[in-house]
Amino acid sequence: MIPLLKRIFRTGILTEPPAERSGEMVQIDRLHDEIIAILGRALTIREVDAGSCNGCELEIHALNNAYYNIEGRGIKFVASPRHADMLLVTGPVTKNMENALRIAYDCTPDPKLVVAVGDCGCNGGMFGESYASCGAVDNVVAVDIRVPGCPPPPLALLQGILAAVKRA
Amino acid sequence: MLFHAEPIEFTAQEGVGAPVWRGRAVDGEDLSRFAVSVHRHDGRLAALWGEDLRRQGRGYRLHCIFALEEGHTWVSLDLPVDDPVGPDLAGIFPAANRMQRATRDMVGIAFPGGDQRPWLRHGAWPEDWYPLRHDTPAPPEGIGFANLPSDYPFVQVGGEGAHEIPVGPIHAGIIEPGHFRFTVVGERVLRLEQRLGYQHKGVEKRFIGMTLAEGSRLVGRICGDSTCAYAWAYAMAAETACAVEPSGRALGLRALMLERERIANHLGDLGALGNDAAFAFGLTQFMRLKEDWLRLNARIFGHRFIMDSIVPGGVAGDIDALALAEIGAQCNVLGAEVKALRAIYDEHPGLQDRFLTTGIIDADLARELSLSGIAARATGLLLDGRAWRSDYEPPVPYAGLGVRPASDDRGDVAARVAVRFDEVFESLRLIRSIIGTLPSGPVRIEVAPIPGAEGLGVVEGWRGEVIVGLRLDGEGRIARAHPHDPSWQIWPALEHAVLKDIVPDFPLINKSFNLSYSGVDL
Repeated sequence: MIPLLKRIFRTGILTEPPAERSGEMVQIDRLHDEIIAILGRALTIREVDAGSCNGCELEIHALNNAYYNIEGRGIKFVASPRHADMLLVTGPVTKNMENALRIAYDCTPDPKLVVAVGDCGCNGGMFGESYASCGAVDNVVAVDIRVPGCPPPPLALLQGILAAVKRA
Repeated sequence: MLFHAEPIEFTAQEGVGAPVWRGRAVDGEDLSRFAVSVHRHDGRLAALWGEDLRRQGRGYRLHCIFALEEGHTWVSLDLPVDDPVGPDLAGIFPAANRMQRATRDMVGIAFPGGDQRPWLRHGAWPEDWYPLRHDTPAPPEGIGFANLPSDYPFVQVGGEGAHEIPVGPIHAGIIEPGHFRFTVVGERVLRLEQRLGYQHKGVEKRFIGMTLAEGSRLVGRICGDSTCAYAWAYAMAAETACAVEPSGRALGLRALMLERERIANHLGDLGALGNDAAFAFGLTQFMRLKEDWLRLNARIFGHRFIMDSIVPGGVAGDIDALALAEIGAQCNVLGAEVKALRAIYDEHPGLQDRFLTTGIIDADLARELSLSGIAARATGLLLDGRAWRSDYEPPVPYAGLGVRPASDDRGDVAARVAVRFDEVFESLRLIRSIIGTLPSGPVRIEVAPIPGAEGLGVVEGWRGEVIVGLRLDGEGRIARAHPHDPSWQIWPALEHAVLKDIVPDFPLINKSFNLSYSGVDL
């Protein structure tokens, strides 16, 4: 137990107050604050991988690390679309996931936001449209904001989430 | 040359890639006999795929990769135009089952006996429509095929108190989609059956007609967490096909990238494994270390996961001495951090209680299911394509690095955690060693495509063995590329690993393998 506590103490708080930060960190905080200011409450996100290579998922995971600390700011990933304000969808949407994505969308209460993540989610990426792929997310469900990138880094994801919230 | 005195004549694949021997079976019986012999000698079925060669005036061709002590044998079998039926290898190597079903769905090569349910084909295209046949008509203009929800006959388990828990395709966490069907009595798992294919996005069809450069971008996006391993295996196949040898510096830099990819994924897994056992401290610490690691990737290689850096002919760009020094310094910092965290993991009774004896597979099962990678090494099998074995010489630059494969014979979650820790330290040592011995020279040479040529690349990725088989057409474009993820073989092992455990242990056991969906669904 003692080494564990010592490590926590030595690591310190990586998500410091905005004033003590510079560069990227300030930007992260500004985005967090704007999201909260607009929402006035927590935002819940249901992530749906509708056919990605797992690259986008790795970056969405990173949003939860101590640097980006998205959950610490009240933005939370939830297990059910019924609990979600926003769907964060990675693509391309495969034909085999098309029905599942539609169901998840229908289960998300209105008003809902949809953010299409990654080049594949935005326009089908390298996979495009084919017998197996519907391509872009908005070929299947209505999309509010697109976050391009292969994969988009965590900061771009934060900006995309903010842009969607601002639009709503 | 011959292997195990079987009648198939093999010739060695030239080049600096992994050791591969090419041979042809005259008929299905020939192939089956060779497979039996490989099985008897503790070999593995490493990959299996099919190809339509009717445009070349032939029928269909079945490709099998068998891993032997010495390296990989690539055995092809030509099948007739009218009735392409391959020998059922699933009775010899259970791992063949899903690969044969996928081959049937994609190319229309049938296999008698065994599991006849579709695998990649759900309800999105008709049964007699084969995506990888050259004369398959395009889907109906505009509307495509009707995408019908498919009814899949899962194996039913009867008996009093037995009930099913369906999970997926959309899972509770931020992970790829797939379906797990548990049959349980109370909390005890009686049976797990997986149904995958949800990530199928037509990768193999997409490859057809691409240039080598386009194919390199695509192959790096099949499995985002293993982009370096896939890109290297593909480049190895392309370079072998086109008789090109990348420079020593390029190969050293590739290994450096691959080891950085291995460490990044191991850090993520070690954190997530702590988290799945309710030890959030572990997740916080390891994700912090991973983020630092990825940020340096972005600074030095221009991409957090080093996508598109490994290309046919070498690597996309050189890095200078300053960058190498920075990488070396980061290795020292990370080594100390991970050492301290390992001590905390090892001494945490609650964590060890969840890890120990959970999700066990033993070496016999690992061998029977043709496992590679962490899953195999965590049963005590010393299988690592980067390390010397008695009859096996690893590819450059690993031959000169003296890789010590990690191993732990407990076969449980704890073993897979221990193997990851050991591999982080070994990869750090390898990176330092690569930095110290990196030769100077060009990092990229031109690869002029040779029409009709073919090659095979095998790379020990962080999860296990990644294989790419490649054949070029008459214009030097891709006629057929087949990428193979180690998850093909390891997914069925997960079905076994949960059998003695309870449902709440499943997420932990699943994470301890951390298999790819996209890599097998293609």
